[in-house]
Amino acid sequence: MNDNSLIKVSGLKMYYNGGAIRALDGVDAEVKKGEVVVVVGPSGSGKSTFLRCLNLLELPTAGNICVDGVDITDRKTNINLHRQKMGMVFQHFNLFPHMTVLRNMTLAPMKLLKKSKKEAEAQAMELLKKVGLADRANAYPSQLSGGQKQRIAIVRALCMNPEVMLFDEPTSALDPEMVGEVLEVMRSLALDGMTMVVVTHEMGFAKEVASRVIFFDEGHIVEENTPDEFFSNPKSERLKLFLSKIIS
Amino acid sequence: MPEFLQKLERQFYVCFIEKDRWKYIVEGLGNTLKIALVAVIIGVVLGAVIAIIRSTYDKNAKNMRPGVGRTFLAILNWLCKVYLTVIRGTPVMIQILIMFFVIFAFAKDGVPVAMLTFGINSSAYVAEIIRSGIMSIDEGQTEAGRSLGFNFVQTMWHIVIPQALKNVLPALANEFIVLLKETSVACYVAVNDLTKGGEIIRSTTYVQALPLFAVALIYLALVMFFSYLVGKLERRLRTSER
Repeated sequence: MNDNSLIKVSGLKMYYNGGAIRALDGVDAEVKKGEVVVVVGPSGSGKSTFLRCLNLLELPTAGNICVDGVDITDRKTNINLHRQKMGMVFQHFNLFPHMTVLRNMTLAPMKLLKKSKKEAEAQAMELLKKVGLADRANAYPSQLSGGQKQRIAIVRALCMNPEVMLFDEPTSALDPEMVGEVLEVMRSLALDGMTMVVVTHEMGFAKEVASRVIFFDEGHIVEENTPDEFFSNPKSERLKLFLSKIIS
Repeated sequence: MPEFLQKLERQFYVCFIEKDRWKYIVEGLGNTLKIALVAVIIGVVLGAVIAIIRSTYDKNAKNMRPGVGRTFLAILNWLCKVYLTVIRGTPVMIQILIMFFVIFAFAKDGVPVAMLTFGINSSAYVAEIIRSGIMSIDEGQTEAGRSLGFNFVQTMWHIVIPQALKNVLPALANEFIVLLKETSVACYVAVNDLTKGGEIIRSTTYVQALPLFAVALIYLALVMFFSYLVGKLERRLRTSER
């Protein structure tokens, strides 16, 4: 195993209905520190399931997931501590609607990292400034646009100082004109050296930001490559078909 | 002065002024409020615990790894179901008779027995109300909480329960109103509640209408007052939606 490997997945399987549905059917993958791995594929290919397995929101049927060298599928592992270091951003934002933006961001650092209110709020305001939403600190989520919500969701996860950020189709629920502002935040995050695993349909983002692109189909990784090779020189027929459909 | 007004005045005097009979009403009102208040606290706490067990089982049991935890949860869930069936399947009148004359036959004061009985009775209904509230919260909220590193209990406490309670507040308020009126059943086991106060006056003065209407009016005033408070609370909680 490489020294700077952060996540190592081996033989990951996710079966439903006793194997009748195989969302993941033997997936091996690795994410190195500082890498931006973009996962693409047709819907139902298992890419979201794969991502949700990485912080055990889905419990895999079989296989191992090592984070920082610790197997998180092991029962003895305290998954809550691991999740603190793995930020996650959802398609539908999942902000807490009964709390202000600031409270959304400071809740976990205060309760879990035992930060003082002052400290947590200072960090939250810093991050809000970075994404241009400092003036919305005391707003409630329902007062924000989709793009604003997703930017808040990203910085909420960042407040826990994660080692890796997982993105589950972060722009799929957004109006087209709001996609750009979210991708911009993700791009600058990548430039800062954050390790990221991104499930997305934004091929432009994959081309520009990814260090590696993984193509999922029917629960398998069919192909993975650098973005240049991936898009200009696809090897498998399945990927060629996929790319021809989405680019036209 | 018309004759019937004079008669009313006379009856009023007999019912409430003579021998300080109004004190029966005041004492009864105090007990009714005490019973309802303690019962609602027991009901909400016990009901919330049952609701959490039931909804946790409904949502998570299928995804849990087999083992002690899942078995334990399944047993708890089964116990809760039995409890709900029995409590909701028998009249509160019978429940309080059983409590007072069988289980707590040694009790001299009926008030604590009534508190417990109505608390237990209410908990069964509150449990189902809160459970529906918890089930109405989007799964994404739980996932967001867990992904930040909160454990299950913390996620419920900080994220799911506050939203669930807000959604079911009208139903809970209704349950409290029902409970407040239901406590009148306690007068059958020699608890001096508001209803009993009226009954004492009625049976000593032989005046029928006045004590009954007085008692009814006080219940009505109480219910209207609590409805008003809940309305205020609801409006305040709604700020986060605008």
